[in-house]
Amino acid sequence: METSSHDILLIGGGGAGLRAAIAIAEADPKIDIAMVSKVYPMRSHTVSAEGGAAGVAGKDDTLDEHCYDTISGSDWLGDQDAIEAFVSEVPGELLRLEHWGCPWSREPDGRIAVRPFGGMRKMRTWFAADKTGFHMLHTLFQTSLKYTSIVRYDETFATRLLVEDGAVRGVVAIELRTGRIRMITAKAIIICTGGCGRVFPFTTNANICTGDGMALAYRAGAPLKDMEMVQYHPTGLPFTGILITEAARAEGGWLLNKDGYRFLQDYDLGKPTPTPVFRSMELGPRDRVSQAIFGEFEKDRGFHGPYGDYVHLDLRHLGEHKIESRLPMVRELCLKYENIDPVRQPIPVRPVQHYMMGGVHTDIHGATPLRGLFSAGESACVSINGSNRLGSNSLGELLVFGARAGKSAAEYVANSGRRDNHARLLAQAAEEERQIEENYLRKTDGKERIAKLREEMQKTMESGCGIYRERASLVASANKLRELQERARHLAMEDHSRTFNTQLTSALELGFMLDVAETIVHCALNREESRGAHQRRDFPKRDDQKYLAHSLVSRSAEGPPRVEYLPVVITRWPPGERIYGREH
Amino acid sequence: MADTIILEIARFHPEGDAEPAFQSYEVPLRSDWMVLDALTYIKDQLDGSLAFRWSCRMGICGSCGMMVNGVPKLTCETLLTNFAPGPVRIAPLEHFPVVKDLVIEMDGFLGKLQKVRPWIVRKDGRLPEREFIQTPAELETFKQYSLCINCMLCYAACPVYGLDPSFTGPAALALAERYNLDSRDQGATERTDVLSQHDGIWDCTVVGECSVVCPKHVDPSLAIQQYKLTATKEWFKTWLLPWGNK
Repeated sequence: METSSHDILLIGGGGAGLRAAIAIAEADPKIDIAMVSKVYPMRSHTVSAEGGAAGVAGKDDTLDEHCYDTISGSDWLGDQDAIEAFVSEVPGELLRLEHWGCPWSREPDGRIAVRPFGGMRKMRTWFAADKTGFHMLHTLFQTSLKYTSIVRYDETFATRLLVEDGAVRGVVAIELRTGRIRMITAKAIIICTGGCGRVFPFTTNANICTGDGMALAYRAGAPLKDMEMVQYHPTGLPFTGILITEAARAEGGWLLNKDGYRFLQDYDLGKPTPTPVFRSMELGPRDRVSQAIFGEFEKDRGFHGPYGDYVHLDLRHLGEHKIESRLPMVRELCLKYENIDPVRQPIPVRPVQHYMMGGVHTDIHGATPLRGLFSAGESACVSINGSNRLGSNSLGELLVFGARAGKSAAEYVANSGRRDNHARLLAQAAEEERQIEENYLRKTDGKERIAKLREEMQKTMESGCGIYRERASLVASANKLRELQERARHLAMEDHSRTFNTQLTSALELGFMLDVAETIVHCALNREESRGAHQRRDFPKRDDQKYLAHSLVSRSAEGPPRVEYLPVVITRWPPGERIYGREH
Repeated sequence: MADTIILEIARFHPEGDAEPAFQSYEVPLRSDWMVLDALTYIKDQLDGSLAFRWSCRMGICGSCGMMVNGVPKLTCETLLTNFAPGPVRIAPLEHFPVVKDLVIEMDGFLGKLQKVRPWIVRKDGRLPEREFIQTPAELETFKQYSLCINCMLCYAACPVYGLDPSFTGPAALALAERYNLDSRDQGATERTDVLSQHDGIWDCTVVGECSVVCPKHVDPSLAIQQYKLTATKEWFKTWLLPWGNK
């Protein structure tokens, strides 16, 4: 087996991975960094983020206000020490991106422009038109090219973490072009593989968002955290699930039901005003706005379409100039995928799975409980997002915690003197190779189509674990997932070749998704309260006595995943009521 | 309108095939499907061995470029019904080596990307305490070149690249120009060394196909012509004022 060895290995080359790599390269140019990514880095899903990145910028804004917005947005499930660290470091990170060339939108005087965003009480969202993620990712990737200590393994698919004596030592990965399975060892590994939206049928997430890193960590013995906290974005295009950014509402867009009525006023989100008001109506937090749209569907006040009910997002009153300068991608996407022009027509939208607040459990330095393993970005859960992330906090998060994880990994490597037992790692890797051969590449007797199992998984996740959940629906999903796990052992494999075998990667991704889906369902089943994005019909109230705590879910040898609780860190903001659209 | 359409797809598995051959698949012709939806339908329902790249399905990640009836297209934003009644031919992007089926080899581009130094160069190494001041007008001078998604359609359309794969090519050159025009950058002279070489800008014969096929309305052809002008001026400067760039 081909093997190679590095000091630090990153899995994932999106925003968090690239930021971590640059942080390590800058901390110590002698550290040998490897980046394993299943796609070329600039294809990573960071590219699809649209609206912006929040960081205190204006004179009238304070760090404490960004903290409070984030904490109340999280429904008090965010860790306040992590949030304080995030809020204080994010402006510096955004500035660093500016120095690296990110084409941030500007005020007429040449200063950075900021825009309002949902759940934020001040204008603090930096943006590059409505292609912020795209510009951030390309800026990070292009900047990373100047550091010669970063070795990239592009289009290389990690299948397993190698653990020896309670510490992570490397990965087994498939080089897609050749199909060669190789072992890459490292003293530290940082997982930056993004989210797992593809476990749901209707998602803004790209095809690659299959929870790989979450599953790798979970299988290696690291706990996942708050996996029941699944964000639905209020405004996705029907059928495709393509995201229409929250910036559309921040710029003044309205949500209307089939009667042309701004229905958010019926959901304790404030009163309609002609221009946007912070933390009110269309600038409410995503969980509450998505739940309100769902409420309209239940009252039959939405429109009926071939892909389910929808409401209207109306931008017409903003005018062509504003739409073209501030929201060009929204217009482009509507024209291409819905054949409508938002300058003249309202946009059909419905809530769509968008983001995982949960992920690999880390501390505020990006370290997991498994020695040598770190994580950052959407794949991680620090947690700053608690049970509901505010729009424009995730791009900042991947910078702050990408950099933090990179620095901590660099320190860890500097202090870790031990040598690997190469033979034992190689034996583990050989076993993994044997399993890939036997279960997939040489398998000829399977009958189950990958796509069929994937669809059944997605369907049960939506029906049992969507915007609203209850015990019966969750138990049904848990049982269904067990059945699918069993059936996934008998996949029909048609491609037995080595070269760029995307059926093999689809099969492995299905395995990752089924494991991650089980953690979501079991965390949701165990949390008998409603908080943020986790809404239990059978437990409609928040319960701070029992659940002011993170779910930690670990794999058990037999039976369902094991869920435990870890108290939330409260520093200066005791739990209170979430108030939007009215005075405190 | 018929309710199905035939896709003729170039297939090539290097482990078994001597050369590519077209294979036909019949798929539903749905009014809201893109060509990519038809390909994922084939992969999921008809033939799991078909290989192609895709990810965001919203025209921003740059993965799914292919030749559709001979024209380089992002398949995720190309309506299938445009080709009714069919058949429609899908082939890998031209001018690139084929890895398998519709998957091309594009490492060469990544090398070129690195070569043009697509990052902010500060000669004095100094950074402002706050942001660089950059007016909307200054942003506008390079903005369109920063919109490139590296989808490779322009290379598939470029006849010069087709003849000479060492040509730096439209996307990488446009990106170099993006940094040259950025008011925060001081690296134009460094980049001139690379871009003025034989395989840099001078190979371009101004066919302009790159700008026609670009799905993001970047105008690489304009970037290259602008750059030729800058390079000529730089060359004259070094000729007339030998100390000018030292």
